[in-house]
Parts: sequence; structure tokens; C-alpha cells
Amino acid sequence: MSQANEAIESDERVKRISPLRKALIRPELGGMCGTVIVFVLFLIFAGDSGMFSPQGVMNWSQVSAQFMIIAVGACLLMIAGEFDLSVGSMIGFASMIMAIFATTFGWPMWLAILVTFAITISLGAMNGLIVVRTGLPSFIVTLAFLFILRGFAIFLPYAFEGKSNIGGIKEISEGDWLASVFGGKIFKGLFQWMGDNELIATFSRGTKAGQPVIEGIPMLIVWALGLIFLGHFILTRTKFGNWIFAAGGDSEAARNSGVPVDRVKILLFMFTAFCATVLATVQVMEFSSADAGRGLLKEFEAIIAVVIGGALLTGGYGSVLGAALGALIFGVVQQGLFFAGVESSLFRVFLGVILLGAVILNTYIRRIITGER
Amino acid sequence: MSTDIKPLIQMKNIEKHFGRVIALAGVSVDIFPGECHCLLGDNGAGKSTFIKTMSGVHKPTHGEILFDGVPMQFADPRDAITAGIATVHQHLAMIPLMSVSRNFFMGNEPQKSFGPFKVFDHAHANEVTMTEMRKMGINLRGPDQAVGTLSGGERQTVAIARAVHFGAKVLILDEPTSALGVRQTANVLATIDKVRKQGVAVVFITHNVRHAMAVGDRFTVLNRGKTLGTATRGEVSPEELQDLMAGGQELATLEGSLGGTV
Ligand SMILES: Nc1ncnc2c1ncn2[C@@H]1O[C@H](COP(=O)(O)OP(=O)(O)OP(=O)(O)O)[C@@H](O)[C@H]1O
Ligand SMILES: [Mg+2]
Repeated sequence: MSQANEAIESDERVKRISPLRKALIRPELGGMCGTVIVFVLFLIFAGDSGMFSPQGVMNWSQVSAQFMIIAVGACLLMIAGEFDLSVGSMIGFASMIMAIFATTFGWPMWLAILVTFAITISLGAMNGLIVVRTGLPSFIVTLAFLFILRGFAIFLPYAFEGKSNIGGIKEISEGDWLASVFGGKIFKGLFQWMGDNELIATFSRGTKAGQPVIEGIPMLIVWALGLIFLGHFILTRTKFGNWIFAAGGDSEAARNSGVPVDRVKILLFMFTAFCATVLATVQVMEFSSADAGRGLLKEFEAIIAVVIGGALLTGGYGSVLGAALGALIFGVVQQGLFFAGVESSLFRVFLGVILLGAVILNTYIRRIITGER
Repeated sequence: MSTDIKPLIQMKNIEKHFGRVIALAGVSVDIFPGECHCLLGDNGAGKSTFIKTMSGVHKPTHGEILFDGVPMQFADPRDAITAGIATVHQHLAMIPLMSVSRNFFMGNEPQKSFGPFKVFDHAHANEVTMTEMRKMGINLRGPDQAVGTLSGGERQTVAIARAVHFGAKVLILDEPTSALGVRQTANVLATIDKVRKQGVAVVFITHNVRHAMAVGDRFTVLNRGKTLGTATRGEVSPEELQDLMAGGQELATLEGSLGGTV
């Protein structure tokens, strides 16, 4: 790196860029600004509504975590130059077959979960294979799967059980080792200790009297943080990460340089399916049921979070951390409007506005990076 | 070329069809280690298509490629790169949004162990990129500069430096000097000369006779998908070569100098 600095000094044709400006030119800029703005606004307008009490924080953290899980997959895929519009339907489909395996088929929960993952990841591979083999835009291919999978998610419970949702998962998954990886909570002891020492509030009556209001950190949040770390690490620190950027930047050039572009894309379609199934499993455990309508519109919310996070729709540029911030903004605003007592339909207005703002900001950042070309 | 050296690559009767377009209609060329083989010809003659079959981008429709004497089936460019064949394509394989050093090592990322994991060794990549670029006479602002901010010639230089770095056995250059300044061109020609002396086979496509004469050992002329012949240095004068490249109008007078190598 010292050589690099010498080069900067020796080149009289380069204006010195202030470190601040340099630090600002990064994909996460939009997400960071948005996060600050959103938190300041809600601190002002909903500061005393309970939004920032322990339960309030837990509330919007969980909603954000849901967005984060699918945003990580969508982010890597978008940087590689592809979309997956079937994410939402995949969530509905995955939770449905999982519930059918566990109830109608009577399989143990861990088996139902593992088989579901195997099926959905194969479907992701199929998405990817069709895209790279036919050369069709992934937009169209996955749009087809959006309908196919949603159709099955509605049809299957009727075919097997004659109803549109399947419940009773809690009883089946009780004590199951794999179910607790998705539905459990960690650090329960720590929270009990904090409750006992009056660091956080405890319930004062009812069956839960004496227990802390927050029982522990839900696995949902652990999965979200884990996936963000994994995605960020892969993208910025590994060979595969370089291949992701290259595949999305210019697949022809990448291929000619020896990047296995098709393999990268197929693997990322599998990864988005994996992320969708993680969310589906967490939801099945949380609600103890599967519903045919679950995951509706999630694919667009994931894409919006990714774009707010600084990724380019055209591929080749973006950040997992940015996408995570995008998801955080999403969750905070959705729940914050509720806490602030604002009509919830305004959430959509906000979404549209922030999406437009983010895309404009991203285009500007990209011009700076590529030197106004 | 002395006959006791075995050819590194033998291209036998290569044909390439794109639908109804016959881009190559049976081209045979031998490439020897340590030679600079110039590929000449009009626009659309099939030069780029020919070298793309050599570097694994295209599969030939007919014909055989022998690498080191054994038939070679490159499934994709990765196989060719692994075999030590590096290419600078006419339309550079560079990604504007990525940094110079990420581009430089694209497809060949250096790795270091990080516990049980293998991670991209950015420090090493940055250092090599800066050194290699300086060797080619270009001072980069920094290895993390995006390729999109480089000038056309600077981009070309990155592509050449990259190919020189990874072309252990064969270096294919498709019009590498088309956008270069005087100093950088001289640098590229000197580099060709240097790697050739190290035993690397160089395939050099150019429209500039002076560049070809400066470094070429043998000259193959393509015309409308066919070889007009291969001439050895000394057998052909710059004027004759110029005529050949202009489209072969003066072929009749040249047949003698191509001396039965057709
Ligand atoms: N992918 C392709 N699909 C269809 N036709 C192609 C393709 N690639 C090349 N061709 C055709 O093959 C012929 C040879 O093209 P090629 O690029 O090899 O020429 P060239 O000798 O490199 O020319 P130049 O000097 O202009 O670079 C041209 O007629 C071109 O139209
Ligand atoms: Mg060409």
C-alpha cells in the first residue's frame, strides 16, 4: 500500500481527494444517510411512544431481520446481474410443503425441514439453470416461478387437507433439535439476569410474573446477522466475491477472463432460495402454522432494500451491509409509523419516495466512481 | 524456425461457422515456443475468431487443436488460462466498475489461508498490480481505482500487463497497440521481445507493418477465413507484407516469397 501512496504523490495530474469525500463514495452511503434520517425522525416524533423501549426495539428488530434475511440473497444475486422474483412465492411454498411433511405425512420436524431445504434449493438451481442455459432475462424466468410456486402453495393444502392453512406445528416441533435452530431464543439466562437486576422490565403479574419482558434473542435475528456477515465476507474477502462482481459487471468479459459465470449465477439462485427457506422456516416455527399467502410481495421488498443499500439494478456493484441497512430502514419505518399512530397505508407512499431517492443517489455515486463516463 | 523444436500449439484445419456465416474455412497454423507469430489480414478476415478458438472462447466447428502434442478440448476460457494461455482480446475483458487490481486478478485471484478459510489476498494483489503497471510505463493513482476511470490506452495496458503476468506458455495479443501512445507501444513491443526470449510463444495481431516487422519471427496472413500462407522473417519485405495486409491484391508477385509454405 505504501507504493500506492507514493504513486498518488508522484502524479501531479490528480487532484487530492479529501479523505471524507473518499469515504463517502461507497455503496452504503445511501443506506447510512437513510438510517440516520429515519432514526432521528422517529426519535423526534415517536420517541415517547414505546418504540425505543426494550420491547419496541425488539419489535422493529424482528421485522427488520425478516427483510434482512431475504435481502442478503437478493443482494448477491443482483450484484451478479440477476433478479429472483420468485422469493415471495418460494417462502409461501416452502412453509406449505414443510407443514404438510410434518402434519399430513407425520415426519419428524427435522426431516421435514431438511427435505424442504433440499427441494427449494433444487428449485433455485432450476431457476438458475434455465436462466444461464436459455439466456433469457431472469426477470421473466423467475416471474414464471412466482406464479408456479404460489399456485402450488395454494393448491397443495387443499389437495391434502382441504383447507388453506395448516397449523399445529408447535406440538410437532416441541423438543426437535433442528426446529429450535429456527424457532428458539438464545441468551435467555442473560435476559433473566437483567430482569432480576432490574436492568430491563419484568412482568408483574400473570403466569409470566417475574420473567423479563424480553425472553431472549430470537433465532430470527441470529440468522439475519449470521447471513449478513457471511454475505459480506464472501463478497468482499473471497475469490467467489470477485467472481460475483465480475459476473454482474460484464458476463462476457468475465467469462473470457476465466470466471465460471454460469456456476456463480446458479449458486446464487440456490442461495436466494436458501435465504427464502430460512425465513419460511422461522415463520412456520413462530406462527406454528403455514399459510398459502405467506411471503406475498417479499421479492419486491427485498429488491427495494437492496437498491436502497446502494446496489445497481444493472449489476456489478453493491454491498451486503448496505442492503442490511436498507432492510433496517424498512423495518424501522414500517413499525415506527405504527408506533407513531400514522395511517399504515402511508408506508407505501414512503417506500416509493425512498426508492426513487435511493436510485437517484446511486446513479450519482456511480458517476463519481467511474469518472463521469 | 529450426525443425527440431516441437510446436506448442498446432491448429489443424480449423473451421468456425456462425450460423450461415463461415468465419474460418480451414486454417492451419503451428505456434512454436519462443517465437512471435504475427497474424495479419483485412478487417473481418477472421483473425479474432481464430485466436478465440485458441483461447477457449469458441469451439471450432471442425478441425483439431493440439497443445503440446495432445488433442486439446477447452470447454471454456478457464481451461485455456489454466493451461498457461493468456489473451488480450480486441474488446478488452475489463470491468469498468471494478478496481484495477480486482480486474487484474479476475479469474486468477490470489488467496491466502485465514484459519480454515481461503480469502482473497488483496494486499498481494494490489502490490503486484502496481508493480506490473509501472513496468509497462503507467503510474496508477492506486490499485483501488476503478477501471472505468482509466483512459482507453491505460485500460489496454492493464489488459496486456495482466496477460503477460499470467501467460506462462502462450501470450495472445489481439491488436494490443491500437490505442497506445509512442512510449507505451515501445514498451509493449519490448515486452513481447522479452517474454519471447523466455520461451513464451506470442501470437500478435496487428495492422501496423512496422510493429509486425519489429518483433515478428513469422507472419501468417488470413483472408476471408483462409490462410494465404506463412512467411518467415527475412523471406518477406515490409513492402510485400504491406501489400498482403492491404488485401492481397499483389499476391501474384508474392507467391514466390511465401516459398511453398502455403
Ligand atoms: N459471434 C459471431 N457471430 C456471427 N458472426 C461473427 C461472430 N464473430 C465474428 N463473426 C464474423 O466472422 C468474420 C470474422 O470476424 P473477426 O472478428 O474474426 O475478424 P478480424 O479479422 O478480427 O477483423 P478486425 O481486423 O476488424 O478485428 C466477420 O465477418 C464477422 O462478421
Ligand atoms: Mg479482430
